[in-house]
Amino acid sequence: MAEAHGGYYLPQPSHWPITGSIALFTLFFSTASWFQGAAWGPWGMLLGFALLLVLLFGWFGTVIGESEGHLYDAQVDLTFRWAMAWFIFTEVMFFGGFFGALFYARIFSVPWLGGDDVATNVLLWSGQALDWPSKMAPGLTDLDFEYMPAWPLATFNTIFLLSSSVTVTIAHHALKEGDREKVKKFMLITVGLGVLFLLVQVYEFHHAWTSENLTLASGVYGSTFFMLTGFHGFHVTIGTIGLITITARIYKGHFTPERHFGFEGIAWYWHFVDVVWLGLFIFVYILA
Amino acid sequence: MSTVAHAEEAHHHGPEPGLLRWVFTTNHKDIGTLYLFFSLLMFFVGGTMALIVRAELFVPGLQLVDPYFFNQMTTLHGLVMIFGAIMPGFVGLANWQVPLMLGAPDMALPRLNNWSFWILPFAFTLLLSGLFMPGGGLAGGWTMYAPLFLQTGQAFPFAIFAVHLLGMSSILGAINIISTILNMRPPSMTLMRMPLFVWTWFITAFLLLLAMPVLAGAVTMALTDQFFGTFFFSSAGGGSPIMFQHIFWFFGHPEVYIMILPAFGIASQIIPTFARKPLFGYASMVYATASIAFLSCIVYAHHMFTVGMPLAGELYFTYATMLISVPTGVKVFNWVATMWKGSMTFETPMLWAISFVILFTIGGFTGLMMAISSIDFHYHETYFIVAHFHYVLVTGAAFGIIGAVYYWIPKWTGNMYDEHLGKIHFWLSNIFVNLLYFPQHFTGLAGMPRRIPDYAVQFTEWNMGSTIGAFGFGFSQLLFLYIIITTVRGGEKAKARSWEGAYGMEWEVPSPAPYHTFATPPDVDKVRLTIS
Repeated sequence: MAEAHGGYYLPQPSHWPITGSIALFTLFFSTASWFQGAAWGPWGMLLGFALLLVLLFGWFGTVIGESEGHLYDAQVDLTFRWAMAWFIFTEVMFFGGFFGALFYARIFSVPWLGGDDVATNVLLWSGQALDWPSKMAPGLTDLDFEYMPAWPLATFNTIFLLSSSVTVTIAHHALKEGDREKVKKFMLITVGLGVLFLLVQVYEFHHAWTSENLTLASGVYGSTFFMLTGFHGFHVTIGTIGLITITARIYKGHFTPERHFGFEGIAWYWHFVDVVWLGLFIFVYILA
Repeated sequence: MSTVAHAEEAHHHGPEPGLLRWVFTTNHKDIGTLYLFFSLLMFFVGGTMALIVRAELFVPGLQLVDPYFFNQMTTLHGLVMIFGAIMPGFVGLANWQVPLMLGAPDMALPRLNNWSFWILPFAFTLLLSGLFMPGGGLAGGWTMYAPLFLQTGQAFPFAIFAVHLLGMSSILGAINIISTILNMRPPSMTLMRMPLFVWTWFITAFLLLLAMPVLAGAVTMALTDQFFGTFFFSSAGGGSPIMFQHIFWFFGHPEVYIMILPAFGIASQIIPTFARKPLFGYASMVYATASIAFLSCIVYAHHMFTVGMPLAGELYFTYATMLISVPTGVKVFNWVATMWKGSMTFETPMLWAISFVILFTIGGFTGLMMAISSIDFHYHETYFIVAHFHYVLVTGAAFGIIGAVYYWIPKWTGNMYDEHLGKIHFWLSNIFVNLLYFPQHFTGLAGMPRRIPDYAVQFTEWNMGSTIGAFGFGFSQLLFLYIIITTVRGGEKAKARSWEGAYGMEWEVPSPAPYHTFATPPDVDKVRLTIS
């Protein structure tokens, strides 16, 4: 267990938390108002988002400053490790909820509606047959979409993301060996692969929406497809911003071969989005 | 003490002057106080909603409020009490007590700790603002079942974002508690030396991490169903309303244990103190808590016996649920065995703890009855379930929190409360709370449905009793408020060891506990941790 040796860094009173609460409240209140038709909604959202950016720059900036000011000892470092690890666990559970919805739809609701449960099928859907990915849904007579195949886009994205996990690990080893030029090189490659992934996904979404008539409203297949890959893409975006941040910190001379939790935390997060993608690739694309 | 200039400064400073102290604070004691007062406020807000419900139910027919407002009151009463009163109450106790009981200088992530609290007032502003919007507040029950939930008026997205914020607050708080317990203990405070309150919170924190993100996912799907045309909970596109219930209760059942495990910990602190014996079966208490937490994750569909499930599912969830009574029985046995042949005295905290053991066990027994799927069909969605979960949540969770306040308030304020008033508060609450909930067992078994503002005339007498009990219980809590305020303001000075039989790290520091405690890790080996 950790050694406690006095001097655990206890921060002074801080205005960042309340700033964060105000930012989130502004963002959520405006978004909700916008959903309900308020014309000022987008402006409020913009303000909330700007406040959130101020918060992220400010709070993380403060922490980075404290870290580079050598205020943190090994015990604080371990706190960050536990906290980050369990934060990633909650992210896994969040995706678990959406995977749960996917499995429920595939194993239970679609087969039941599609004929396994005869009464439901006849009463609700006039006996129409249904299978996965359900291109027909009785409530949606004009439903004619193409489902998204694993080849070629998703397969390329799998290669990009898996490779980026390797390159970030190479960068990490180089950091531990003190070879900072190699760190820079491989971090740039990692960021590049992350951006490439996102560009391909943007193209894929655009293509699906405009050419394949596959939208969020394309039955439960479209719902699970876009929500799962969309939330994953959102997390890749966050991860890429994190990667850019630590790359910039490398250029500024931050981190030592022994102490670089900021780097490791983002690397863990990047591996997490990688693993979630593997789940998506298998269950959303290949087994579609 | 410290080689770090900033920390040195912080240790010597007292609290900042002025009201902004409470907004910017990073001190676990300040944040604990904020949580506890917020919890008390929400207890009265949620309680007022409950009294509106009970007033309407005093006699059959529709008298005071229209049915739609009645539905808003039942729904918001549930959400406010769960997310506003019980959970913040426990987190407040954890903030005050976990660092003190471990001998740690503060929570592991003090700024994050502040944020966990300060999200809550904003979240409840979002949630309750719905009451003043066209269409009113949430009215489909606290479980937010689709598709009824989707028929909420303007308040719908506000409520969903409120749930997101509440989840964020809980997750950040849980991460902080786990990091504190794993990393802030003095070297000699080994895991199996930790007080039971710390152990139960440690396990509760994992349940929070497991459950809250799933709730966030469920309400996000409801949001996109409403505004972006997805079909998660609509059979028209291949989804299913039942899917919402599965995802919701995957969160909901661990949530039930999130709201009771810390109360188990509180009883395990109070009973040894006033029985003047060490806790019977410490290790079995730890393992029982962990077993309950594990089982709570695999029994959720017992909330859904009547919605349609394969027979194998009904059987599995029946047996798995009944299994929970084994570790729970271990706990009740241990509490009773701790009191056995003890030199017992009955100060107010002990009265609440004993009442907790008895009344929570009654709630546990009715839970066992409903675990049996075939019988549950008879009393599903009746007042029997209302009686059940109020016995475990009011006389379980809330009684645990009230007992903990009496037990630790000398440490927090440096003053003893008025023992005489405390006992009056206890007896009034106990008589009225049983008058309030016990008759609901009978009306429920006789078939009175829950969440309906009107009822058949044969239920009148029991409902009148319930309503009188509700008002009596509610107004008795004003005495609690009075006792808290007078104790904060003055009273007989408390000793460092405020109770004769109280042992543990928190009783080694003066009362009131100084603003900063345990700046250097204490040597736990030199401290008597249990009475013996």
